[in-house]
Amino acid sequence: MSVKHSLLALLGEGPQYGAALRSEFESRTGGTWPLNVGQVYTTLGRLERDGLVVKEVVPEGAGDSSIRYAVTPAGRDEVARWWVEPVDRASTPRQELAMKLALAVTVPGVDVTRTVQVQRRATMQHLQELTRLKRTGGADLAWSLVLENLIFTAEAELRWLDHVEAQVTRAAGAARVRAHRGDVASSAVTEQDAEAPGTGPAHPSVTAGARPGARR
Amino acid sequence: MSAPVLELRHVTRIHGEGPTQVRALYDLSLTVAPGELVAVMGPSGSGKSTLLSLAGALDAPTDGTVVIEGQVLDDLTHAQLAAVRRRHVGYVFQDFNLLPALTAAENVALPLELDGSRPRRARRMAVEALREVGLQAEADRFPEQLSGGQRQRVAIARGLVGERRLILADEPTGALDSTTGEAVLQVLRARCDAGAAALLVTHDARLAGWADRVVFLKDGVVVDATQGPLSADSLLGARV
Repeated sequence: MSVKHSLLALLGEGPQYGAALRSEFESRTGGTWPLNVGQVYTTLGRLERDGLVVKEVVPEGAGDSSIRYAVTPAGRDEVARWWVEPVDRASTPRQELAMKLALAVTVPGVDVTRTVQVQRRATMQHLQELTRLKRTGGADLAWSLVLENLIFTAEAELRWLDHVEAQVTRAAGAARVRAHRGDVASSAVTEQDAEAPGTGPAHPSVTAGARPGARR
Repeated sequence: MSAPVLELRHVTRIHGEGPTQVRALYDLSLTVAPGELVAVMGPSGSGKSTLLSLAGALDAPTDGTVVIEGQVLDDLTHAQLAAVRRRHVGYVFQDFNLLPALTAAENVALPLELDGSRPRRARRMAVEALREVGLQAEADRFPEQLSGGQRQRVAIARGLVGERRLILADEPTGALDSTTGEAVLQVLRARCDAGAAALLVTHDARLAGWADRVVFLKDGVVVDATQGPLSADSLLGARV
């Protein structure tokens, strides 16, 4: 799983302390992938080494200070690439995809539809190849069972991606209706905020609506 | 590369007029070459069935051009369109539409006889098409004597019979179980490998996996498509 890209994505919203990043990551992904603080700082150290984040010293009075991290332009480019690249099935466990989409619907300005679409194309192409191998593979039972397992997995992933897309579309529709009615003043403020220039063409109302309350 | 069997050029289809008008397809271009099986996927209402109707000359576009086996359909009379449908296009639909009073072979031979073939020749070609789908022995049985999977294969044989090179399939495995459904796809695939072109509309990713290309439709527009086959290496990597 790509902790590196997840942390970069969170830093894209503004500078953060390491501990805060860790809890933000866990709350956004439903606590499915617990991180320890050491893992977070090791990752931040590597990101800093690679020029993707920088340390900022924040004075705290009485001579004390603390360190927080901010994303660099190169880091922003890296995370922008991550959103639109399919997860590489050959080298990473499958959970990266669930993690990526959990973050994509909460980080403002991500074109979730495009993220889903790019992944769907890659997974469909993978399924086509698996089917071709099965068709031409002969009668080896063990091999055909392994292939079937991969086919079922790809099929399930495609169904899940359709589900994600439908949910995102529905959430965007519901948010639009709410905005039209103007029945909740605070939600109208959130909408304007999300639709401000520079947040991108994604589903701003979705990202705003789905955001967890806790911000650090 | 050989000439395409089916070409849709910037096709738009709008149903109704004024405020109630619905744009079912917009500026869609698609080419299917001999030997190619192309799957079309998309949510309900995305234009899949409209696409299939236009590709099969069952409906005409509001704008754009459909070409089947080199014939531009815009220029054809109703009678000529009917001839294109009978000679070049095989349809396989979810409900098999077999006539219960006719045997499997008679059902398959029917479109040939309607097109003027002599009964003996039509019978010979029908039995050949049934052999292709593995049902030669069932040629003289009536639909009610066949299983669901066998009936669907008879419907496919009827779609394939004769010289047709364009096969249009709309959820062709319908309510069949996955093993039987797969047998149906094997038949379609074999026909394409022998030089036919097929357009398969389906919700089922597993079936779309049999295609050479998968086109994703949404709101009447192609939003994405898979390209040709990947290298074998990328799969070997996936197996590790």
